[in-house]
Amino acid sequence: MAEVIWGLATSHVPSIGAAMDRGKTEDPNWKGLFDGYAPARAWLAEHRPDVAIVVYNDHANGIDLDVIPTFGIGTAERYEVADEGFGKRPVPDVVGDPDLSLHLLESLVDDGFDLTVFQELDVDHGFTVPLSVWTPDPGESWPCPVIPFLVNVIQYPQPTAARCYALGQALGRAIASYPKDVKVAILGTGGMSHQLAGARAGYINPEFDHMFLEAIEKDPAKLTTLSREDYIREAGSEGIEMIMWLIMRGALNDEVTKVHSHYFVPASNTAAAIALFDNRVPQPA
Amino acid sequence: MSTDTPSRFDLPGTPVFDGQTSRRGLRMNKLFMSLRSAENRERFLADEAAYCDEFRLSPEQKQAVLDRDWQAMIDLGGSIFYVYKLAMMDGRSMQYLGGVFSGMTEEEFVAAMRAGGRRNG
Repeated sequence: MAEVIWGLATSHVPSIGAAMDRGKTEDPNWKGLFDGYAPARAWLAEHRPDVAIVVYNDHANGIDLDVIPTFGIGTAERYEVADEGFGKRPVPDVVGDPDLSLHLLESLVDDGFDLTVFQELDVDHGFTVPLSVWTPDPGESWPCPVIPFLVNVIQYPQPTAARCYALGQALGRAIASYPKDVKVAILGTGGMSHQLAGARAGYINPEFDHMFLEAIEKDPAKLTTLSREDYIREAGSEGIEMIMWLIMRGALNDEVTKVHSHYFVPASNTAAAIALFDNRVPQPA
Repeated sequence: MSTDTPSRFDLPGTPVFDGQTSRRGLRMNKLFMSLRSAENRERFLADEAAYCDEFRLSPEQKQAVLDRDWQAMIDLGGSIFYVYKLAMMDGRSMQYLGGVFSGMTEEEFVAAMRAGGRRNG
């Protein structure tokens, strides 16, 4: 039986990937962010899954505004890294896991979550930056096959926080019912507070972010009571993408062990955070 | 001085990219998306007005694109993630745009972010 071994929440700001690609992680403006990743990366290097699921949103690279799926899943064998307009990031293309994708799809549809299916998809920074946060030096390939799980956070109405959490719980059940004995990791991406357009551009709300970081670990249900308007007001018009963390969290056990978290302002225009949770049931010492 | 985009919520200075906005901006956002390819960027730069006509932009949208009036592009239905494709082509950063939207220079905006970001400003 498949088991979720860890969940990782992380921002996906493109400049985090660019800082790595251009060797600027020791730059004074970036060092604090990357130093904050180190304990999580060390733990992750020791806990390699067989397959990972990245919950993310596309940014006008893999999909456009012709079709706006609220939730979608990739079912391909490979996903190419998207050229976002300035050349591809120098990172490996992504190997998928169609068998698990199709199992998750069927299980989730049966559970009331009617996902859009992506048989072809280029993955952008929303997907590759979290992989780089996890694995800074992947070499020729990422540590394991990865499945893209897409959420519309760009065009209102985004799914509610409550729906995202419920989807995450259904995703957890879907993984648990997979007959193969595989270790699964889940990444919830985006955030934290930020707003890119409007006179309030540059908005950061550390009080809200710290509340969210605490609650995502200990009381995620509390975060499902917040409306879209609450998220946009408190976290900024783009900060609402933190609802994607709730899908990751919903797929974990009620009780998780926090391995590491770190909060840093700014990554470009954004408050950036990482939070890593061990989902294995603690064994008596 | 930037004008304030009407927002579906009572949230000053906070444009919400909703269905009506997206309908308004669809042609323009499709133009921005096309700029991911070098060939299209070349064609755009060779004759920006003709390229806007090809994508059937409204006269206001076309003027906003030709003038690089970033605030107007947002007001006329641009999604920031799509508008950013044009900005990237021009070598402009998201911090530059943040400065435009909030009435600052890029340097001032970057300094504000490094000081912890802006609150309800």
